[in-house]
Amino acid sequence: MAVKTLIEGVREALDEEMARDERVWVLGEDVGKKGGVFLATEGLYARYGEARVLDTPLAESAIVGVAVGSALNGLVPVAEIQFADFIHPAFDQIVSEAARVRYRSNGTWACPLVIRAPFGGGVHGGLYHSQSVEAFYAHVPGLKVVIPSTPEDAKGLLKSAVRDPDPVMFFEHKKTYRLIKGEIPEGEYLTPIGPAVVRREGSKLTCVAWGLMTHYCLEAAESVAGEGISAEVIDLRTLQPLDRETILRSVEKTARAMVVYEDNLTGGFGAEIAAVIAGEGFEHLDAPVTRVAGPDVPAMPFNRAQEEAFMPSPAKIADAMRKLATY
Amino acid sequence: MVERRSILKPDGTIVPGSKPRMDEEFLLEALRLMMLSRAYDERVIGLQRQGRFGVYSPGLGQEASIVGSAMSLDPSRDWIVPQYRELMAVVRQGYPLELITATYMGKTTPDTRIPEGVNVLPTQVALAAQLPQATGLAWGLKLQGKDAVVMAYIGEGGSSEGDFHEALNLAGVQRAPIVFFMQNNQWAISTPRRMQSAVPSFSLRAAGYGFPGVEVDGNDVLAVYDVAVEAVERARAGEGPSLVEAVTYRMGFHNTTDNPSRYLDPAEFEEAKQRDPIQRVIKYLTAIGLWDDERQKTADQEVAAEIERVVEAAQAQRGVRPEMLFDNVYERPPARVERQRAEFLKSVNGH
Repeated sequence: MAVKTLIEGVREALDEEMARDERVWVLGEDVGKKGGVFLATEGLYARYGEARVLDTPLAESAIVGVAVGSALNGLVPVAEIQFADFIHPAFDQIVSEAARVRYRSNGTWACPLVIRAPFGGGVHGGLYHSQSVEAFYAHVPGLKVVIPSTPEDAKGLLKSAVRDPDPVMFFEHKKTYRLIKGEIPEGEYLTPIGPAVVRREGSKLTCVAWGLMTHYCLEAAESVAGEGISAEVIDLRTLQPLDRETILRSVEKTARAMVVYEDNLTGGFGAEIAAVIAGEGFEHLDAPVTRVAGPDVPAMPFNRAQEEAFMPSPAKIADAMRKLATY
Repeated sequence: MVERRSILKPDGTIVPGSKPRMDEEFLLEALRLMMLSRAYDERVIGLQRQGRFGVYSPGLGQEASIVGSAMSLDPSRDWIVPQYRELMAVVRQGYPLELITATYMGKTTPDTRIPEGVNVLPTQVALAAQLPQATGLAWGLKLQGKDAVVMAYIGEGGSSEGDFHEALNLAGVQRAPIVFFMQNNQWAISTPRRMQSAVPSFSLRAAGYGFPGVEVDGNDVLAVYDVAVEAVERARAGEGPSLVEAVTYRMGFHNTTDNPSRYLDPAEFEEAKQRDPIQRVIKYLTAIGLWDDERQKTADQEVAAEIERVVEAAQAQRGVRPEMLFDNVYERPPARVERQRAEFLKSVNGH
């Protein structure tokens, strides 16, 4: 197996799915000749032509709306929103339209589309290139929300997303694009949407995360391991549908749980996980569920010290693990 | 000033020199659909007042623009992307009126789905959100090499939404096979046309997207049909989108919850009545010997019988079960939906 970056996993998934099924097409800003600002679609324009790799006007609502319309008529669109920070103008098309096509049409139509967007901070991107938006969409029935944290999963989950009969929000943490390397299996494989994965086994506490935070939690777990704190790290991979069983099984074993996410603390998706653990794992708990998350300020600042103050880090997570372990 | 295309004047005479494309047989069919539209509106408003029908937006006064535009399409290959005031257009496209009626009666079941092969998207309530989808639908048809055209409906009020701009702009860039058909009925609930835009004719907006715009008398079914056919032919020939502004007048309320007496000038309403789209067709057909009191009586009876058949068929549809609330969320329901359905069933069964 070859060691590759996470964005190579994204690119291989798109390429393979477009080669497999001519109904699959890609649209978004700068996805054509340039190959996307992060080069996720590099090479696709040359291979599949303008009709299947469409540079759109700067109009996010239309990108998603056009994707919905083409999905209704038998195509399989993969829309790229250049940065998750710019997805908000398309909120209506995603939440009120794509997510509800099946429901609103009384099951007559489905809306098989994928919306990809790079999210997250720690790259010095400032207010408009650092946002985490997954909680907005994980709230919405009809959508699936997928966040890979490894190259293997990026490829396998994206291929599953393209073949999924329902709309899938596919968020890629931009800091993981080149930072995270890993083996990608040779040949065809699919990673199912839904199941979480235990990235590190542990006995003292459970740490639930997704995207870049998975890696920060693994680092933190490593750093506290010598202190006798054995942390189990769950990479959710899919926020909706949520793999409650894997979380609850782990909590039953460890009796302590924390959720780590980069989004603002209040109303972030970690709140839902905390509620699931409190509601269904209460009798197993020896400590309150802990959340490590960004503060409730409007955005991640550009200033480096402020950015670090905002982002959960391995050190902050390790501190939280120590507190939780000794509660 | 923008030319407003017109063929059949309010007094039922033909504008000298004009040659309508619609032949007499087709015009009689248009009249039947317009009469059905009006009579249906009146019937279901009555049902709504009795609590037997949902909130409804009638097409009163706009029948020529609704029917004339739809008749330009070939239902076997073309698509309609409606907003919510084009009911008879989707019926003409093949969506059975009894299924629509059943849905308005709350009977949303697998039996009342839009039938396979009927090229109509569901009614859109979020204004203009249907337009980017229509552009995508049209683009998809083109990508698949299909010889089909999309007709997307919008009102003059909805044209102020951002999605209107985004959809028309992208359609122009892609030369998508689509007709944006705007019914300018002068009202967005209570907001008059003059408060909606300073543009003297909405059709002028097409210039900003690089395709033709045309203004037509929306109460003139012959002219609406002509203009729509030209736009459809243009789209089918690969020449790209068009914007049609059909200037009409909303002769009813916004919907059954609205009370226009709070904002409508009665004199303006009376004046608009003189431009009735149905009466002018009857006058014209009478003048050429194709209509008389006897035919009117027969037509009225046929329309009334059709509506009764539709209402009865809708009432005979099976009702929904409350737990059908949980259907159609995903293709395969995830655990949480199944769990909530089970909890609901448990609660209603009293266990």
